[in-house]
Amino acid sequence: MSYSGFRVIKEALTGHRGWGPAWRTPDPKAEYDFVIIGGGGHGLATAHYLAKEFGKSRIAVIEKGWIGGGNVGRNTTIIRSNYLLDGNEPFYEMSLKLWEGLEQDLNYNAMVSQRGILNLIHSDAQRDAFVRRGNAMMLNGADADLLSTEDILKRYPFLNVNNARFPIKGGLAQHRGGTVRHDAVAWGYARAADRRGVDIIQNCEVTGFRIENGKCLGVETSRGFIGAGKVAACVAGSSGRLMEKAGMRLPIESHVLQAFVTEGLKPVFPGVVTFGAGHFYCSQSDKGGLVFGGDIDGYNSYAQRGNLPVVEDVCEGGMAIFPMLGRVRLLRMWGGIMDMSMDGSPIIDRTHIDGLYFNGGWCYGGFKATPASGMAYAHLLATDRPHETATAYRFDRFETGRMIDEKGMGNQPNLH
Amino acid sequence: MIIEHPLLGPRDAAEFTYLGDAAMIHRPDWQAEDALAQFTTYGYLRDNPAGPHRELWFHEQGDRSWLVVTRDTTTHEITDVQLARDVARAEGRSK
Repeated sequence: MSYSGFRVIKEALTGHRGWGPAWRTPDPKAEYDFVIIGGGGHGLATAHYLAKEFGKSRIAVIEKGWIGGGNVGRNTTIIRSNYLLDGNEPFYEMSLKLWEGLEQDLNYNAMVSQRGILNLIHSDAQRDAFVRRGNAMMLNGADADLLSTEDILKRYPFLNVNNARFPIKGGLAQHRGGTVRHDAVAWGYARAADRRGVDIIQNCEVTGFRIENGKCLGVETSRGFIGAGKVAACVAGSSGRLMEKAGMRLPIESHVLQAFVTEGLKPVFPGVVTFGAGHFYCSQSDKGGLVFGGDIDGYNSYAQRGNLPVVEDVCEGGMAIFPMLGRVRLLRMWGGIMDMSMDGSPIIDRTHIDGLYFNGGWCYGGFKATPASGMAYAHLLATDRPHETATAYRFDRFETGRMIDEKGMGNQPNLH
Repeated sequence: MIIEHPLLGPRDAAEFTYLGDAAMIHRPDWQAEDALAQFTTYGYLRDNPAGPHRELWFHEQGDRSWLVVTRDTTTHEITDVQLARDVARAEGRSK
């Protein structure tokens, strides 16, 4: 059943009795060609592209809880491709292009809104760095626009450009960036994958891997053994916990990142704005709440809740650039668990165990990567070769010295 | 979070800077045959457990001592705090 305007009118006239569930609830089969662990955005996208782009069948996505209940439902919904390094930028630019065609591809309204993202500049050195970044973006086919303070004030008149410590001296804009309704991304991919025959099995926790003679034969789950030609781990946030069952140690620490939303307001905040002198970013949801976030809490955590000092730090960042935030009441805050990798960049690679593949280490940038991550992972699973935009996301880059460290922080995961 | 400092009593976690897994006390021998492999493991691979985790905290806004804190990463409950100096000595790291 395709969704369309015509369909909405027809259902409205017939009492909305014809909609039906968007995906099936199948029982797990004894064996699949591909078993994807993790029913989040990346896992569901991988299943969708495996079926659609690579013509594969006999695919299952198994999920411990309900699909979209992890980080794809906890992030701040921002999409962008404003990276500096060659290992990253082509990948994120592919992601942004996939976002642009996502709704037609999935036949699902994911509310992709290219309202633009603006990174604020507060010093001359920062302007130099952002000019360099903008040039790197354009070299990789992305859009970048250096704005003056006057340009910024036309669109964001409420920004405090004369803050004594952090005056706003300009900004780097990517007009194609924006926001997407994050839950709809999970649901849209799930529905599209299901329509191509992918089994989405919820409430099915992986309890172990069956590995014999260096080959992964399948997964033990709370609903019994499921055999698999290829097993694809895709559980960023819980990667450490999952891969431990396969005896692997990862270049990853799990950290908690908090996000915040205020009471609903009339449209006031037209795009996405990030603070350049601290860590703060904000946009306004279509429901009206200001959605914002900042730094991770900074210590290893699997608890999906954070502590108050970071709440204060994030709100201080917000107050520095737009003091009107102080008049708004905070409605909710929550935490999600991030795979913080050793260089701040992800891993999409085979493991040393035959038939076991890994996708993780997304730090707090996984949402914008969802379509590209699915595409690149599907490519790796289908062909055993990395996608051309994801060749740098290897496990062995720490041994070979080919780190992709956007911030230049070294092997200190809580600083990325 | 409140960290029960062995010398100073209960202190707010905001006074501290976090480094990571206390296994980092055990820096490999740079003259070992396989020093490169050992340092790669030491520098880049982590246990990252869900549950009790021994970790290094630096009392930057206080007495600038290093602590080994045992904390549950699923609940943030702290069960043990020791001076890193004492831990390192007990484990034979420094004389």
